[in-house]
Amino acid sequence: MTEVVATNETILVVGGGISGMTAALEAAETGKRVVLVEKRPFLGGRVSQLYKYFPKLCHPTCGQEINQRRIKMNPNITVLTMAEVTGLEGEPGAYTATVKLTPRYVNDNCTACGECAKVVEAEFDNEFDYGMSKRKGAYLPHVMAHPMQYVLDPRIIGTDDAQKAKEACKYDAIDLDMEEREIQFPCGAVIWATGWKPYDAAKIQPYGYDRFENVITNVEFERMADPKGPTGGKIIRPSDGKEAKNIAFIQCAGSRDRNHLFHCSRICCMASLKQTHYVVDAYEDAQVTIYYIDIRAIDRFEDFYQNVRAMDNVSFVKSKVANIITDKDGNPICRGVDTEGYHRYENTHDLVVLATGMEPSVSKSDFPVDIVINREGFIEPDPANGGVFAAGSASDALDVNRAVQHATGAALKAIQVVNRVAGAEG
Amino acid sequence: MSDMNTAMVEKYRNDFLKEVEANVEEGHWVKMCMQCGVCSGSCPLGPHWAHPPQEIFMMIRAGKRDEVLSSDSMWMCTSCYNCIVRCPRELPITHIMHGLATYAKRLGLAPKNQPTSQFSEIFWNNMMKRGRVNELKLGLSLYFKDGFSQGIKNALANQKLGMNMMKAKRMSPAEFFGGHGVKDISGLQKMIKKAEEIELAKLNANK
Repeated sequence: MTEVVATNETILVVGGGISGMTAALEAAETGKRVVLVEKRPFLGGRVSQLYKYFPKLCHPTCGQEINQRRIKMNPNITVLTMAEVTGLEGEPGAYTATVKLTPRYVNDNCTACGECAKVVEAEFDNEFDYGMSKRKGAYLPHVMAHPMQYVLDPRIIGTDDAQKAKEACKYDAIDLDMEEREIQFPCGAVIWATGWKPYDAAKIQPYGYDRFENVITNVEFERMADPKGPTGGKIIRPSDGKEAKNIAFIQCAGSRDRNHLFHCSRICCMASLKQTHYVVDAYEDAQVTIYYIDIRAIDRFEDFYQNVRAMDNVSFVKSKVANIITDKDGNPICRGVDTEGYHRYENTHDLVVLATGMEPSVSKSDFPVDIVINREGFIEPDPANGGVFAAGSASDALDVNRAVQHATGAALKAIQVVNRVAGAEG
Repeated sequence: MSDMNTAMVEKYRNDFLKEVEANVEEGHWVKMCMQCGVCSGSCPLGPHWAHPPQEIFMMIRAGKRDEVLSSDSMWMCTSCYNCIVRCPRELPITHIMHGLATYAKRLGLAPKNQPTSQFSEIFWNNMMKRGRVNELKLGLSLYFKDGFSQGIKNALANQKLGMNMMKAKRMSPAEFFGGHGVKDISGLQKMIKKAEEIELAKLNANK
């Protein structure tokens, strides 16, 4: 496993999603040494699970590939995957980080040939597809994974599967003796880019996400639209596999709701408008209904919204759905009262997509670092944080564009701290 | 400004929201409504209201004073609290509905012969006699509110319910003679009278 060479002038970046990669690259490309720590076995984070970006409707794999290449080419960046920061001591310019490394059971010899996955029998829910598909106990997290190396699920360690995988490997890349390790290294500044997670839709009781198969979340829908996703890119109903042509999007599912998330998650309006394109592109006779309180397509996204609004087969209902029931065929029925005339409605759809909001991926109580966190759980830009800075959606609910801008700013702040150290040490 | 302009401004000034904020219990919450519609959609009696809560709030802001105060909508609230539980902005909608109903009644604008309003009055008078509700008399006064023969019909229609309540000791025929009450009824009555005085003084100060 990679040994970490670090000094007080090193910048530690926690989280290898789009924000963490950006912050790491921006700092490293000015010549600073960076250690990038990622909990999952690959870089790219939640952006790699998206099918398309808004507003250009291009594929994230494109930009991700460029970032991965920049990281690969840059000798200043040390990447640690399957690693978590468990502690941080010290002060700006003189921190000591403690990082827990979880074994991958696969070393750098791996060529991603996939022979191990062929022989392993155990299957588990695929996290990359939010549990909508299965993956083997030896797996490549996704086709664009960086590092391009397989992972053995710890649940097969000690079983015949693990032994079979080892025997199938022609490159001696499987090491079943790897153990969890804890390492410590110095750093001068820290960028906290731990990102977001989708709000738990099951908590929104009246929408029945936990009771109705044909009520799904926007992140699951994103995987469904992806040709490499669980349905091969087909937009279908989970209950019976039928084509889902009449689709409802429910905005503010969890966001702007004092019973759930206090904040507006900012991305969900644009995400649903983007996903409307997926539906309309997939089926000529598609019918999309967007239930909303108000559409927050901020600044230059107004055009995108107006274009969707002008589509013949898309209707907008100004109303937050009160509750969902289902009929005997499993069709979800949205019930509520609209604000434009106060009409009571009961609309039947093939599939309901909840535009669930973003919440910080690290809960308030789990921060291993003493840091100022606001009511919503995001990191505040506070002088008390010293040399620790938030980047991207660890700081607020942000879309990719804004997260990248924010991460660049965070890199600059971290650079200023380590520059002061360099100045003092002459 | 011309005289007519001044008169028009005075007459049509949109200040019903301020009136509600000042005089209606929990009325200061009305401006916080973001018109999402969850309350109206969640109300089990929703289809029977002329104006669901969301619409009432919008009407208040639009200055529709007469339409709101003489509406029977807020009297339709059964206090199930579904709207309060689900409101994304935590508006105490049930309480606002009761506040509006109370205010309308005090101004003499509440709809006449509205059953919930009548029941509320019967309930209040019944309870204030002894400090506890006399179920037997409450039932009887409700049955006979529309005259003797209708009362007999109502009583016969609900005979089984009445018998079951007696069996379950939820109601006793002995209640007809006086009935149970609190220990210090005059103390309770004094307390309520004082509260009413304070409430009235507050309203008068807003005149």
